[in-house]
Amino acid sequence: MSTNTQKTDVVATLKEAGLSGLIAGALALPLAGFKTFSLNGVLTAETRFDWVIMAAVIVAVGRFLLSMGQNSFLPSLSSGISGAATSVGHAINKNNKILLVLLLAAVIIFPFSPMANRHSLDLAVYVLIYVMLGWGLNIVVGLAGLLDLGYVAFYAVGAYSYALLATTYDLSFWICLPMAGIFAASFGIVLGFPVLRLRGDYLAIVTLGFGEIIRVILLNWYDLTGGPDGISSIPKPTFFGMAVFSKIGKDGLPPFHELVGIEYSSLNKFVFFYFLIMALALITNFFTLRIRKLPIGRAWEALREDETACRSLGINPTNTKLSAFAIGAMFAGFAGSFFATRQGFISPESFTFIESAIILAIVVLGGMGSQVGVILASLVLVLGPELVRELAEFRMLAFGGVMVLIMVWKPKGLLSRREPTIRLHAKPEAGEVK
Amino acid sequence: MSDLSNEIAGVPLLEVEHLTMRFGGLVAIGDLSFTAMREQITAIIGPNGAGKTTVFNCLTGFYKPTEGRLTLHHPIKQEKFYLEQMDGFRIPQHAGVARTFQNIRLFGNMTVLENLLVAQHNNLMKASGFSIFGLLGLPNYKSSEKEAVELAKHWLDQVGLTDRADWDAGNLPYGDQRRLEIARAMCTRPQALCLDEPAAGLNPKETLDLNILLNNIREKEKIGILLIEHDMSMVMEISDHVVVLDYGCKISDGTPDHVKNDPAVIRAYLGEEEDAELPPEVAQDFKGENA
Repeated sequence: MSTNTQKTDVVATLKEAGLSGLIAGALALPLAGFKTFSLNGVLTAETRFDWVIMAAVIVAVGRFLLSMGQNSFLPSLSSGISGAATSVGHAINKNNKILLVLLLAAVIIFPFSPMANRHSLDLAVYVLIYVMLGWGLNIVVGLAGLLDLGYVAFYAVGAYSYALLATTYDLSFWICLPMAGIFAASFGIVLGFPVLRLRGDYLAIVTLGFGEIIRVILLNWYDLTGGPDGISSIPKPTFFGMAVFSKIGKDGLPPFHELVGIEYSSLNKFVFFYFLIMALALITNFFTLRIRKLPIGRAWEALREDETACRSLGINPTNTKLSAFAIGAMFAGFAGSFFATRQGFISPESFTFIESAIILAIVVLGGMGSQVGVILASLVLVLGPELVRELAEFRMLAFGGVMVLIMVWKPKGLLSRREPTIRLHAKPEAGEVK
Repeated sequence: MSDLSNEIAGVPLLEVEHLTMRFGGLVAIGDLSFTAMREQITAIIGPNGAGKTTVFNCLTGFYKPTEGRLTLHHPIKQEKFYLEQMDGFRIPQHAGVARTFQNIRLFGNMTVLENLLVAQHNNLMKASGFSIFGLLGLPNYKSSEKEAVELAKHWLDQVGLTDRADWDAGNLPYGDQRRLEIARAMCTRPQALCLDEPAAGLNPKETLDLNILLNNIREKEKIGILLIEHDMSMVMEISDHVVVLDYGCKISDGTPDHVKNDPAVIRAYLGEEEDAELPPEVAQDFKGENA
């Protein structure tokens, strides 16, 4: 009896695998089956059927193994993985403080370690920008539950406000930074007023449109923004108005290495950038952690859970949403002005929809509302593609594949456990079933 | 119907006058008037689709009534609030009308205690200086939060959920969720509490506990309770005043005893005598009550 069912199972699985292989082959035929090249200036195509067959075989075998394994090894594998993840999670929870201190120490020591060079510092800054943006968007999406697909618009507003203020009025970075935040926040409010009555998918579409509007304005308002030419030679920040990061002093300010009395190194500037974005990101983080425990933070989460119930408890949904939107936008503005000063050049190219999508992916993959999750997801999504540059044209394929895998294994994101903002009783021991 | 024996005595809390609610051509409520008193439980009953929940939605600002006046006499502020003119979220905030929902609406991924603190949002928001003092960690806010937790604890005790204060609200058993929703509404410090089918899905023991809870609220908090309920034995036991709706119109209004014997009510529930094919549970409810 059981061998019989097993037999039919195998047959069914084989059929399914064959079908998958056929579909893959049919898809691969136009996609990979032909290769165009120029022969003496004439466009010619050559066939590449071996690739098609390979794709079909890989898919068929993969599908077969997956279906076979579904009953035997996959569940044990996935339960093993999630078990390991849970125990790691418990370990993290138990040694939370120690782990965080160690992590922070490692991050602080990193620029002084032998690993630090121009490339690694640049990469670290790049990741930290996304960590900060992820933390900012986490307020809007993770806490308040407002799906925002146009977050990059506020990032752009911050970047352009610093670039324009600094190049036109010669204002210093330290004055422009808060101003960029305020500008971005006011854009958040202006956008928020008309659209926050919408919910879920509708809100997402409108924010998507808003993001595109900002980009198109930047692209076409040539007199102000330079259009596609962008804005170049954006000034670098000073060391809190006390020194500059060049070999010789400028504008009456001494060079940084003389001020602190160290050897000149071109790396100094990059180390400073590293600490600057780290400080900005940490401010975002501490702000979020703190505001979560305040009434406004709880109201955001309550709105995410049930807007109707909030209304019945006397919470003004519009104001509450607007505050989340504005605060999220403000942090994007800070990050934007940092981006502008680090790059020294910005153009609308840097603020396309894919940026919004990546930031949103960081928040979702990290586990909505989880601060540590954002760090992990940024590492995976930003550092990952950089580390696998050898994969060349398959890089984005791997990127997408990793995203799909994470979502399949952890549908709620890497770290989805929500920590209550207040407790009546002492925290139960890790692992204890509530 | 307006014989004197049937008059409800008390201090008026909520006056509903000529309330009409139309959705397009459909008249959900037609010219409904009644008065709910302070320190009394007023039940609104009627067959399915009679417009009971619509009345609640008008009272709590979820719908703007087509016509009519809804006056709340606030006993502490000594002020009248015209609910039909107020925004939905201002009604609980200023006029002190709180409600629960027929299909429970808790903040499922937040803990029980957090649910009760969200209910005290407006007070806490002021205390936290609209988050600014709170962010700075000023002691003023800390003490307000402590007070809020004390109020939450009081209601947790009342509904017997103290042990589960740190559970996610969505993980509570059904009966606990119903009671938590009442506790959450009470944490807004209301003057009028509107309960939409609080006993739905509860077992007989839980219903009994609910009766005790509601009587306690009425006596100790000295507020008025409005109640929509299908469980007739519960309605007849705890209500001081019953309003019966059918097809959006009031067909009876008075003490439970009066309503129970009103031919119009019996007709609405049981149908005309010719076609007295009544659902057995309804018949039993009425028989049990009249016995």
